[in-house]
Amino acid sequence: MAKRSGGPSNTEIDMTPMIDMTFQLITFFMFVMNFSEAEQDDRIQLPSSQLAKPADGVIEKPITLQLTNAGSVIYAGELVAVRDIGAYLEREKTLMIDENREPNSATIIVRADGRAKTGEVQDIIRICQEKGFERFALRAQYDDRR
Amino acid sequence: MARRSSSGLTDKVEINMTPMIDVVFQLMSFFMCTLKVVAPEGDFDIRMPIAAAAAAAPDDQQVPPVRVKLSAGPDGSLASIAMNGTPVADFDELRKRIIGLVGADSGPNSLAEKTEVEFDADYALKYVNVVKAITAVSGKVENGQVVELIRKIKFTPPKKG
Repeated sequence: MAKRSGGPSNTEIDMTPMIDMTFQLITFFMFVMNFSEAEQDDRIQLPSSQLAKPADGVIEKPITLQLTNAGSVIYAGELVAVRDIGAYLEREKTLMIDENREPNSATIIVRADGRAKTGEVQDIIRICQEKGFERFALRAQYDDRR
Repeated sequence: MARRSSSGLTDKVEINMTPMIDVVFQLMSFFMCTLKVVAPEGDFDIRMPIAAAAAAAPDDQQVPPVRVKLSAGPDGSLASIAMNGTPVADFDELRKRIIGLVGADSGPNSLAEKTEVEFDADYALKYVNVVKAITAVSGKVENGQVVELIRKIKFTPPKKG
């Protein structure tokens, strides 16, 4: 009361530590943010392997096929039956030929759930082979234990 | 200069921090909301052209492929492993057998580089077992270093049933 009556006091807060902290936080989030456009679906539980080390280079224009536990393929965010992926791959192949690229130069990334049937993964590979694709990358989660 | 000399006091320039702090907090909220923690992933590269089986003409340089049979139990779990027809107890033993066959050297022109492993897995076998088998034949981790073994891997055509 005594203070107030004496006129408005000019209390200055030192903002420097807060701004420092905030900028550090922003820097942290920018570093940990994943800017890669790799398709990763939470429905897939990848098997883990100690030798599945992240690739050195970036795979150029890969085609990602994700096989769920239930045996369907997630292609471009869409749920497709394994036997139907041939039509989608045919479309990819046409696009590649239009861009003067050979289908055998493209990499098919197979992100299959660890609980899925191996035969279904082989079915996917066989369908891709029939469409002229021959490079495959079987994706696994990198496990650095042991 | 004129000001300073006339007043004789240093002026305190006050910058309005409010817009900057607003933007900074918005940026921080954006990064916090879009943050998605993902586990690191890696690939096993396989080159499998469709005509490989038919075109594989025998020559002197070619090493016969090692055939690894993975059999599934009724629930899709691994029932047995066999390498070139001989039963193998587990994946560690499979790795030892592969090292025994091709040697520990995996440099250029080595036996490990030339040898190809063909996996013959049952249709219903859970895929996790195949990844374990590929891990066993492709290398090992020794003192934090990866020692590569077989690089050529292929699968037999799927057999439904």
